[in-house]
Amino acid sequence: MKVLLIAAGLAVLACAPFAVSDYGLGLLIGAVTYVTLASGWALFSGPTRYVSLATVAFYGIGAYTVAVLNEALPYPLVLISAAAVGAAIALVVGLSTLRLAGIYFVIFTFGLAELVRQLITWFEVNVTGTLGRYIFLDLTARDIYWQMLALGAATIGLTAWINRSRLGLALRVVGDDEVVAAHSGINLARTKLIAFVLSATILTLAGAIASPRFVYVEPAIAFNPTISFLTVIMALLGGANRLWGPALGAVPLFLVFEWLSANFPDTYPIFLGLLFIAVVFALPDGILAGLEKLRRRGGEVRA
Amino acid sequence: MTKISRRAALRALRCGLMATATLSAGFASAEGETVKIGYAVARTGANATGAGITTIPNYELWVKTVNDAGGLTMPDGSKRKIEVIEYDNRSSNGDLVRSIERLASQDKVDLILPPWSTGANLAVAPLFAKYGYPQLAVTAVTDKAPDFVKRWDRSFWMLGGGHDYANGLVELLSAALEEGKINNKVAVVSVADGFGIDLIKAARPAFKEAGFELVYDETYPLGTSDFAAIMSEVQNSEADSFVAFSYPPGSFGMTKTAQSIGYNPKVFYISVGGAFPIYPGIANGKPDGVMAIGGVDADSSAIKDYFASHTDSVGNPPDSWASAITYASLEMLEQAVGRAGLDHEALSKELSTGTFDTVVGEVKLEDNQLRDLFWVGQWQDGAFRAVSPAGKQGASAAVIPKPEW
Repeated sequence: MKVLLIAAGLAVLACAPFAVSDYGLGLLIGAVTYVTLASGWALFSGPTRYVSLATVAFYGIGAYTVAVLNEALPYPLVLISAAAVGAAIALVVGLSTLRLAGIYFVIFTFGLAELVRQLITWFEVNVTGTLGRYIFLDLTARDIYWQMLALGAATIGLTAWINRSRLGLALRVVGDDEVVAAHSGINLARTKLIAFVLSATILTLAGAIASPRFVYVEPAIAFNPTISFLTVIMALLGGANRLWGPALGAVPLFLVFEWLSANFPDTYPIFLGLLFIAVVFALPDGILAGLEKLRRRGGEVRA
Repeated sequence: MTKISRRAALRALRCGLMATATLSAGFASAEGETVKIGYAVARTGANATGAGITTIPNYELWVKTVNDAGGLTMPDGSKRKIEVIEYDNRSSNGDLVRSIERLASQDKVDLILPPWSTGANLAVAPLFAKYGYPQLAVTAVTDKAPDFVKRWDRSFWMLGGGHDYANGLVELLSAALEEGKINNKVAVVSVADGFGIDLIKAARPAFKEAGFELVYDETYPLGTSDFAAIMSEVQNSEADSFVAFSYPPGSFGMTKTAQSIGYNPKVFYISVGGAFPIYPGIANGKPDGVMAIGGVDADSSAIKDYFASHTDSVGNPPDSWASAITYASLEMLEQAVGRAGLDHEALSKELSTGTFDTVVGEVKLEDNQLRDLFWVGQWQDGAFRAVSPAGKQGASAAVIPKPEW
């Protein structure tokens, strides 16, 4: 029954481009992109509680891979290459850093985006002698939307599957207490690494799919740190360790920011900051958990 | 002290509401009369500074000027006021693309003005083409403009490419070399970003061909704030000419460092930022002789009027490079609408083939590009004057060697 409902919802979303204006389609693309990013982020960061600010590092890598390869390879191969590059980098990064915990991990991931950006800049300046690449692919906004929708659905499906698997259980134990996890025989490094690589691959693919809309890519454009922050706050707002939490946080926030940018163009960063504070203080576990708590309290009163 | 009773307050409120209602009704009935113009510019984020100096003030100044004069003149002689729809693109291309879609498909504006920066203009070019709007891309420096014109035939590129600026500078310096005013050694630094790389790539062969030797040629990362090491190496390099393909922070930092270590090359050239109105302040009131990218015909009365009205409405003078071109692009649009109306095809054709009278003089595009530009300017007696190309009307003679700081 539940599966049918989800399939029907997906079908409606897939047909939506035929019913909305171009701007409506733009909104859909934006919303689905952030749902994918937030869900992909939460795949690793939700259960393990490792707050990662490296979203844009992988997102940018995806965009850059497309920019480099879009004229050399057919499009499906470009996407596969992007996923492979993202996974490979996540593997290296994960192996070397997942021992870090807490604030050190946060700072490292933030630095990672900057590091990747500077490396690409250095490479382009000293080796290729050009900065700024063009993506001329004949993809319509609809194509991009459908790809992103498929990726988003796959992400949520994957998360649902992981949640029920041994891996999901292991991840939750790691998130609760690493020492306990290690003592119960969970291979910490492998568990964290698998989730990190899966999550990073999704983020990379999201960047790759979104990039043809920009036409022009340079490091400053591809590695815009706001994307990392938005992803985190969206996932936290909805509830990072729930299946539908990130999606539930992403859609309303995306729409609110869209409305703000039209009506309060100068003050958007202030709202972003306030929201950050509000989410952390008022809804530390996200809206879904907050609602449940409310309901439970209501139940107690009645009882 | 006036005491406001509740009744009075309510009455005032009611009056206010009625007035608002009447006003909005008035607007609604006059809606057919306005021309809706939309733009999505960077109000926040990394591009906000650039857009805030070059793009937004000119858009606002132009709209105000046109509306104060009764509105845009249509081909039939009627006047229609401009109604602006503005979005913040948050310096993110994703948001920018969506905003343009919104302007085109949701708000159905009559005209769309372009955003600031090369990347942003390229990101929206396919959309302008898809919806048929003419795109007067001013703040985009690109050598690929001819290709873009082929790809998007309603795009117009008005600020030249990296090659143009590099070649303009080399031409100027080689004239000085021939006259024996400078030696053939040049020290070059460039910022490791799209703009700096484009220019240095074009400048290296051009310098070589003109018989110059690059005795110092280094790049520095975007965000560098300490130029002491670079400048002292440059000082010891025996080069008479110092050339920096830099962004504003670098341009300003190098100027201050050169002054503090007493580095006085015969040619001191910086790039973006040198033409900013705040530059003389940065240079401690001694900008004279400094060369930079851009330049205007400082003696033309149109430019003088433009600087005055910009100072009036914005509070400070415009920069002497892309600002005047931005304003000129809007004047072109205004005149093209007056001749061809708001039909996008006719309008684009008029922009492409017509001749326009603007603050930078008479403008006629070649292959949808503005080629008749100044490449190098120099501070002379407190004004930033164009010095290259030397033959172009309105160019001043370059002062070489530069007076000491």
